[in-house]
Amino acid sequence: MKAMTKRDIVIIGAGPAGMAAAVAAYEAGVTDILLLERDCEAGGILNQCIHNGFGLHRFGEELTGPEYAGKFIEMLKNTSVTLQLGTTVLNIENKIVSAVSVENGFEQIEAKAIILAMGCRERNRGPISVPGDRGRGVFTAGAAQRYLNIEGYLVGKKVVILGSGDIGLIMARRMTLEGAKVLAVSEIMPYSNGLSRNVAQCLEDFGIPLYLSHTVTNVIGKNAVEGIVLSEVGPDMKPIPGTEKHFECDTLLLSVGLVPENELTRTAGIELDPRTRGASVGEDMQTAESGVFACGNVLHVHDLVDYVSAESERAGLNAAKYVLGGCVKDDNDAIPVKNGADISYTVPQRINVANVEKSVDIFMRVRKKMDSADIVVESDGEKIASFPRKFLAPAEMQKITLPKVLLERARGSITVYAAEREEVKE
Amino acid sequence: MYDITIIGGGVCGAAIAMYLSKYEVKCCLLEKENDIAIGTTRANSGIVHAGYDPEPDTLMARLNVRGCELIEEICEKLNIPYNKCGSMVISFDAKDEAHLHKLYERGIANGVRGMELLGKDALLEREPNLAPNVTGALFAPSAAVVNPWRLCIGMAETAAKNGVDFFLNSEVTAIEKINGAFAVTAGDKVIDTKYIINAAGLYSDKIAELVGARDFEIFASKGQYFLLDKTSYGIVNTVIFQCPTEKGKGVLVSPTADGNIIVGPNAESGNERDDVSTTREGLDFVAAEAAKTTKLIDYRENIRSFAGLRANSDKPDFIIGESALCRRFINVAGIKSPGLTSSPAIGEYVIEVLEDCGLILTEKENWEYPAPHIGFAELSNEEKAKLCEENRLYGNVICRCNVITEGEILDALENSYIKPTTLDGIKRRTGSGMGRCQGGFCGVKIHEILRKYYGVPAEEILWDKDGSYIVKEKVGESND
Repeated sequence: MKAMTKRDIVIIGAGPAGMAAAVAAYEAGVTDILLLERDCEAGGILNQCIHNGFGLHRFGEELTGPEYAGKFIEMLKNTSVTLQLGTTVLNIENKIVSAVSVENGFEQIEAKAIILAMGCRERNRGPISVPGDRGRGVFTAGAAQRYLNIEGYLVGKKVVILGSGDIGLIMARRMTLEGAKVLAVSEIMPYSNGLSRNVAQCLEDFGIPLYLSHTVTNVIGKNAVEGIVLSEVGPDMKPIPGTEKHFECDTLLLSVGLVPENELTRTAGIELDPRTRGASVGEDMQTAESGVFACGNVLHVHDLVDYVSAESERAGLNAAKYVLGGCVKDDNDAIPVKNGADISYTVPQRINVANVEKSVDIFMRVRKKMDSADIVVESDGEKIASFPRKFLAPAEMQKITLPKVLLERARGSITVYAAEREEVKE
Repeated sequence: MYDITIIGGGVCGAAIAMYLSKYEVKCCLLEKENDIAIGTTRANSGIVHAGYDPEPDTLMARLNVRGCELIEEICEKLNIPYNKCGSMVISFDAKDEAHLHKLYERGIANGVRGMELLGKDALLEREPNLAPNVTGALFAPSAAVVNPWRLCIGMAETAAKNGVDFFLNSEVTAIEKINGAFAVTAGDKVIDTKYIINAAGLYSDKIAELVGARDFEIFASKGQYFLLDKTSYGIVNTVIFQCPTEKGKGVLVSPTADGNIIVGPNAESGNERDDVSTTREGLDFVAAEAAKTTKLIDYRENIRSFAGLRANSDKPDFIIGESALCRRFINVAGIKSPGLTSSPAIGEYVIEVLEDCGLILTEKENWEYPAPHIGFAELSNEEKAKLCEENRLYGNVICRCNVITEGEILDALENSYIKPTTLDGIKRRTGSGMGRCQGGFCGVKIHEILRKYYGVPAEEILWDKDGSYIVKEKVGESND
């Protein structure tokens, strides 16, 4: 077996998160960085997202997924970061990364700091237990996207989509453009789970019906899907008998949510937050294990890649500080960030005020759709900040920027909640 | 002319083929589907029962206890996922406790070793996550869990290595009796054979009918399951049964040999023989029953719901023996639970049956198990490093969830006697696509490996059974 190698920073995953973290860590002064990627090229899921709409916030222009990835691949070229492709990390233990590749075989790398940037995966048929036959033709939207955009094959010609997440909406348009007929998009909630712009541009522009408060109650076809049944659901989310609609189709695409891919985080014994299903981190993106950082969709599922980049740059910067000796981990002084009413999670989960320079960004998702609301930060019963929002929806991530001066007023912990405004008529 | 033709490539057919391969006879196996282990065998709890359930002095009792011993040995030889974790039948009240005593007595009569009746404290010490209102359990340390399709494939591969011919895509549609032998029409072939072994599972009564010997009926009884992600492993450590009811052995919660947790099955009657659909009602019933055992099942961790069909019959015991209505036609039918456990013992027993029919069997001199397939994930760091040096393709991880490498997939293609041609065929041999993403990531890659290996267009690669194509058409061809 080869001798163990040593690196200052090892980053796992060269998708948008890993690349941004690598560039930022390099710019902060660390030159010995190894970026590990299991695929044969950098870019992660962006490579199959050939539609545009990426980069408006980060680059001020509208890019396709591969173009967005390309910008970071170019930036990496001007650094000393080693990008090692075709390498799968098997586990992480005591900051020793075990990995395997065709090129190097089995290898172990000891890192001063590790950045977890493994991304997320799609939820599939299992967790939502779609009943019915089990013939071919049930795909996650992302798998169908990969077959179409990378391999060049349509998985079906008559399609029903369950779930109105963004990938499902994008695939409704994409398959339509390639000659498939998308018969329906079904969403169990009374509102879409995708970005509003995607509902308009991917469904409405193509006349694809969106069935809100509907779910798939049967899949028919023993060896291959021949049809599916949609039913309306009541407020309890249970199908209402007698509302069944039958669709003849050969494919059911699932766009029913994303789950951070934290198998390696578990092998490292790092504590996960059951709300995000990602690691629990401080304002410096450091997990409960000293010197292990996390960013991007492995931490929490983002709506826009632009925010992934920003968050990952923060992780890269802080990992560099950690290696260079400028960042001391002291969770004892950190104040926990708690979820209040109608907030499903917050990241970071704790803030060490002493480490904050000017302000800290807190990301969150709300539990329900609200027109005109305030995101309120409270500590010890006292309101320390309030952020008005015209519109809130679970599909759209929210960010608040909390200045250090306000944070210094916090006692014990802070709680973030959303409160709908009473309409004041003039 | 074959001496013996086995109809059905499930776990019983495979076991019979393996035991027959030890003797100097010309033998073949006919399977209607494009792979073996594709019917009742693949949708099974995977429990190796200790043997306290069957009534004493039945074939079921004898073959269960013997099968339980044999499986351990076979799994070791063939590197088949197996875990002798033991089983518990738990009680909730005095009526259940009386039943546990009855099972204990029955187990003693059947020759089950090592059983213990546990009180509440002893039970909760071993299984702390059970519902607090349990009162005790019957513990059977010889019970185990096994990967059912790997057991079937392992035995079939052993048979094939030792000279048994396997014919896939060969549905038996007619059997003619000619001069004291049979002419079996199977797919596009006609097989001449002296003996037939009817191991056709759910269709065994229909096969018997082809020789005018349908003196039993098969009833498909559906059972539905949840399979939980490996993240749930450890919520129970042994196979946990509730006391059986008139509806069957009850819903179990158990570790699987591959490191998941399985929850199920229910028992439905009156099913079509090919209806393996799941239903909301069925799954809800399973979840409600399992909640009595433990409250710790998180269904967000469910990675697959599926259903299997038991081949129940109108007879109380297994139907194994020469048909009373047709000479040299041997039924191995109505193999309900504990069928999987019994399967190797059934193989052994069929040898006796054939000898009783007058067949003279001479043991081969050089019979051996095939080389076991290597599972990369199970290896130590040093072994992984060494294997990667020997074959670089073991460094290419294809299935992320279960860490299955290209080396293992090519091993399954190149070094199988019965070659997989489908994505599910690869899955059954390597474990790829069995993890939390259910082939979402690796399906595309294995699709590509298959089409390169077989040199066929992408549209011809199947997921599973006939008609289960994966991609419909190439895009943009008309414009090129």
